[in-house]
Amino acid sequence: MAFLTLFLTFFTIGIVTFGGGYAMLPMIQEQVAARWGDLISEAQLVDFVAVSESTPGPFAINMATYIGSVVGGEQGGFMWQVFGSFCATMGVVLPSFIIILIVARIYDRFKESRIVKGCMTGLKPAVVGLIAGAVLNVMGTVFCPGGWAAALLSTPAFYISGAIAVLMVTLAFKKVPPIVIICLSAAIGIAVGYMGLLD
Amino acid sequence: MKLKKLLQVFWTFFKIGAFTFGGGYAMIPLIQNEAVEKRHWVTDDDILEIVAIAESTPGPIAINSATFVGYRAAGVLGSVCGTLGVVLPSFVIILALSFVLQEFQALRAVQYAFFGIRAGVLALLLKALWTMYKKSPKGWPAYVVMGLSFLLTAVFSINVIFVIIGCAIFGLVTSRILRKGEVA
Repeated sequence: MAFLTLFLTFFTIGIVTFGGGYAMLPMIQEQVAARWGDLISEAQLVDFVAVSESTPGPFAINMATYIGSVVGGEQGGFMWQVFGSFCATMGVVLPSFIIILIVARIYDRFKESRIVKGCMTGLKPAVVGLIAGAVLNVMGTVFCPGGWAAALLSTPAFYISGAIAVLMVTLAFKKVPPIVIICLSAAIGIAVGYMGLLD
Repeated sequence: MKLKKLLQVFWTFFKIGAFTFGGGYAMIPLIQNEAVEKRHWVTDDDILEIVAIAESTPGPIAINSATFVGYRAAGVLGSVCGTLGVVLPSFVIILALSFVLQEFQALRAVQYAFFGIRAGVLALLLKALWTMYKKSPKGWPAYVVMGLSFLLTAVFSINVIFVIIGCAIFGLVTSRILRKGEVA
């Protein structure tokens, strides 16, 4: 049952997310919180976004494989982890695969279709709004791990996170590659941690 | 001969999957190099078409393009080989990492590192948000959709699927109405 849920959840994610990559994050956040919130915390999910960005391969496949492995691991040992990853990855891949096979045959009609164009004028801005929601979610995890109320009692960690975020936004917009940003952030985290600023 | 071509498709996309970080658009230049210049499976125009198709069909861009190029190169079996090839490296690497990560998460240094990394991910997301905003159509219908999709999911916790379907219908209807307005 757990494996069918994995497959179907990622199949749905694969069907409804346009734009690839980060466009999937809002839906992944929602589904993980609803179905596997006890296994994967919001902070772990953010950590894994970083791992997905620093390993080769498409973001969606990386996220599906990881979540599948964690959920499958709950059912038992190594083989179940592999099987969980397999179900989630197959789920996220299949919709694209089938749809592209169809589109490859009817490409000219698809390209000129007013219906497709019309839907896209709604879908593109929708993705912007959805990602903005995901950003807000991640902000909550970064700045207020203990909930929004606890953030009012600001700790040094709050300000350090803010400083790292501002610095990294500046670098990201100067086209510094994601992997460099992640490594730098990790280095700063380790440095301030051993300086005793986080405890 | 057919088998050889299938293996070539698999191996080409395996390499692309193994060596592109960040996925999606980062793969397009590699696909161009391998599938257009080296193998002549598709043309430069096809690559532009693939990007356009990938943007207007659901799913990861990497899968969309692997399926499309594989199909053009060697039919349905080719698309299976291309897709498997691009997925396999990620699958193996992440599976291995998920074991390692569970072992190391308890380490103090790793926890500190992830404290920093979370703030870094926030920066990457803001960058992605800006990129998506630039690619989106502008004008009042688009701003209404952006605002509504944000409010409905982030504030009112409405299911993302419903919001996406609603926005597609909204786009379809408003583009029809606006076009009629232009004609009249």
